[in-house]
Amino acid sequence: MFAAFMMNTWAVATIVAPVAGVVGFFVVLRGSAFPAHAIPKGAFAGAAGASLLGINALVGLAVFSLLGALGIGTLGRRGRHDVVTALALVMMLALGAAFLSRTTEYEPQIYSLLFGEVLGVSSTELLPVAVLGVICIAAVVFLYRPLMLSSMVPEVAEAKGVRGYRIEICFLIIVALATAMTVPVVGALLIFSLMIGPPAAARSLTSRPAVAMLGSVLIATVTVWAAIAASYLSNWPIGFYVGALSALFYGAGRAWAAAWRRPRPVRVPALVLQTASPPGGLAGGDTP
Amino acid sequence: MTTEHAWATAAGPSVLDVDGISVRLSGRPILDNVSFTLRAGQFTGLIGPNGAGKTTLLRVILGLQRPSAGSVAVLGRLRFRRDASIGYVPQKIILDPDVPMRARDLVALGIDGHRPGMPVRSKERNQAVREMLHAVDADNFADARVGLLSGGEQQRVMIAHALVSRPRLLLLDEPLANLDIRSGQEIVRLLARIAGEQQIAILLSAHEMNPLLPVMDQVVYLAAGRAASGPTTDVIRGEVLGALYGYHVDVLHVHGRVLVVAGEAPGTPDEDGPVLSTGPRIGAGPGTKAG
Amino acid sequence: MHQLYTWIFEPGFFSSPQVRVAATIGGVTAMVSAVVGVFTVIRGQSFGGHALGDVSAAGGSGAVLAGMSPLAGFVGLGVFGAGVMDMIGARRGRGRDLATGIVLGAAIGLSALFLYLDTTRGATTGTTQQILFGSIFTVTGSTIPAVVILGGISLGCIAVAYRPLLLITVSSDIAAARGVRVRLVGLLYVLALALSVGLSSMSVGAILSTALLIGPAAAALRLTRTVVRALASACLIGVGATWLGVLLSYDSYYWGSGRQGLPVSFFIVAVVFVAYLVCGLQTAWMARYRREEARCSRLS
Repeated sequence: MFAAFMMNTWAVATIVAPVAGVVGFFVVLRGSAFPAHAIPKGAFAGAAGASLLGINALVGLAVFSLLGALGIGTLGRRGRHDVVTALALVMMLALGAAFLSRTTEYEPQIYSLLFGEVLGVSSTELLPVAVLGVICIAAVVFLYRPLMLSSMVPEVAEAKGVRGYRIEICFLIIVALATAMTVPVVGALLIFSLMIGPPAAARSLTSRPAVAMLGSVLIATVTVWAAIAASYLSNWPIGFYVGALSALFYGAGRAWAAAWRRPRPVRVPALVLQTASPPGGLAGGDTP
Repeated sequence: MTTEHAWATAAGPSVLDVDGISVRLSGRPILDNVSFTLRAGQFTGLIGPNGAGKTTLLRVILGLQRPSAGSVAVLGRLRFRRDASIGYVPQKIILDPDVPMRARDLVALGIDGHRPGMPVRSKERNQAVREMLHAVDADNFADARVGLLSGGEQQRVMIAHALVSRPRLLLLDEPLANLDIRSGQEIVRLLARIAGEQQIAILLSAHEMNPLLPVMDQVVYLAAGRAASGPTTDVIRGEVLGALYGYHVDVLHVHGRVLVVAGEAPGTPDEDGPVLSTGPRIGAGPGTKAG
Repeated sequence: MHQLYTWIFEPGFFSSPQVRVAATIGGVTAMVSAVVGVFTVIRGQSFGGHALGDVSAAGGSGAVLAGMSPLAGFVGLGVFGAGVMDMIGARRGRGRDLATGIVLGAAIGLSALFLYLDTTRGATTGTTQQILFGSIFTVTGSTIPAVVILGGISLGCIAVAYRPLLLITVSSDIAAARGVRVRLVGLLYVLALALSVGLSSMSVGAILSTALLIGPAAAALRLTRTVVRALASACLIGVGATWLGVLLSYDSYYWGSGRQGLPVSFFIVAVVFVAYLVCGLQTAWMARYRREEARCSRLS
């Protein structure tokens, strides 16, 4: 599986996983699971439209995912967040359906765009993917502190001049970029599994943010590599393995947290126990 | 300091008997051997610093939390299953503007919201709702969306919701916490009036006892998981509170108000006394940030 | 006048059997989705509602693969997935959305697998598209009884859970204190959701399933102040959007010279989306009007 034609896939995977891990850390922190699902899925509609017009599918992906991010961000200012995410998503999908209805020829390509295809990466796509990946990670690093602040204590962030609305838009745009670049390998629908399972698992293991982010990147990398290998060997779609492995890591994380995080009973010395009940029956209302 | 109120505090029948309640959560003791009694028509303040276990105690009384020891009897019955004899106003209700309910509908839910099926309109139901809204002075905003009401207005609607089923006991968890002084005073006066008129026992938790001093018949002071109960004059004393906290405490009276202050640095373990919590913060008079 | 009529209702609209089936199934689906959707939006479970659409679709693919009735797959995996989500999801908030996301991811992975196996074994072309996008015009009349029955059960669950659901929305502690079995009521709701989404996912496709669940309900909730009115408005908006979408899609085949037309899902979603935006504008406008009024009355 390490033949020349597979090297592109491995290369892209090694770029995709850290981005998914880093962006996913904040997706989980901010509870933005739905947008993380909606933006890639909606962007797929753009890819369909782009390939129809002969434009590079990646460009169509980028444009539509940005549209989705901005749509969710601006509508979400007034309306409920989960509602506008759902509506933005279906609107983009409906557009995709409209594009697709114009042609009947593109099914295999749709399939690989949706679910990921091991051989789906060409050398020409490698450079733009790498560039987008670097931009994404750089953006997260640049916005790290305001992102952390507004995700954990929004009121304090507002007081310090970090406007929640602006950060939300920036964050959604980062998710959009991450989406656009990861589709060739993992497919539009499964990138969000990478952005949820590994970070959630990492968070169950440690409370320190930097360690959690590192763990998130590591687990995401292991997931993608394992998925590529398994997909190559079994011919089953890569998306299946990503979904399954993400769920496994998430479950393992929760099991670990349940087993180890439970505070152990405090052992109070016997002497203290004896004097624990105050003299004079305070509870009865008498004064000592 | 005298408690002045127009209604008699002659002992009515016992409504709530809390006997030796202890609660341990994840091995940590939260409540230790708490006992007190409430009678019909009595207004009782459950006072204590933040984290003292007030909410836990209320949840035990409601049956939402199982105690490790002790029992709770409501109207003479040991209850493990809930019924309508207790009204409850929780601490934080998040009423989104999206929730499609008017104040009127929310109060109506207090009558039959716990029964399956769809509501049936009836004259009696509407009448009961109208009366209760009037009793809490909510006529002006009865038809407004609950999510759009102010904190004080929401509080009144929640009280109406709790009272519309004619409970014998009303529990309120920190109802004054997010209200301005004026609204807080109005709520307290309203509750005291209802307690007297309808002979309901009221247990109201707060970390600040001064707003309640004019109307409290008795106080249950909770600190470090332990409680002292009785008339305010008996309980709010240095010796009593000091024994609860485990270190020296001073009670100061300033212009009819009470200030409870720590005598020395908290957290120093006493030789004989147990250290059950680390440095509890003490509830204080107005102007001082409690907990 | 006659010209206007034929411009709006292109020839053959009312007599087309496809249109009749589409309008019936679409109408029933829209109504059930609207009712369940109101509670979904109130409870903040829009992600769950959408996710179950994809989970059901996975079930549908699996059923086709195993040679079983797709309806069994849609509803079966939908209910199972809903149960899992309810079990591992914490109460409201981020924990629940996370659990939903994980289940969804796993389900989509399964979907990918089933579709791959399906295409390599059988010679079914266009299955991917059909399951994902669904076409209301390809649904046959034989599914009408199933849709009505399942829809009825879903509505029945909602009717039974109606009052406790609202009480839980106000405060689950108050509900529990008054003897409501909060978990049970939650499960009843989730069952209604799974049934509704399962059948809508199958009959009108995953896109419309979500659109009809969330859109009309969200629009209605912006307009009205009581639950009953919200339910009624949501039904009206949902059914109206569906029928209008069917009409527009039918007409679109006659637009231009291509004889191709645009899919129903596109039009229905577009109408729902516009309805939501309009209701939002209307609310903002009304709020500003009331503020102005209040300001004027204070000044005078």
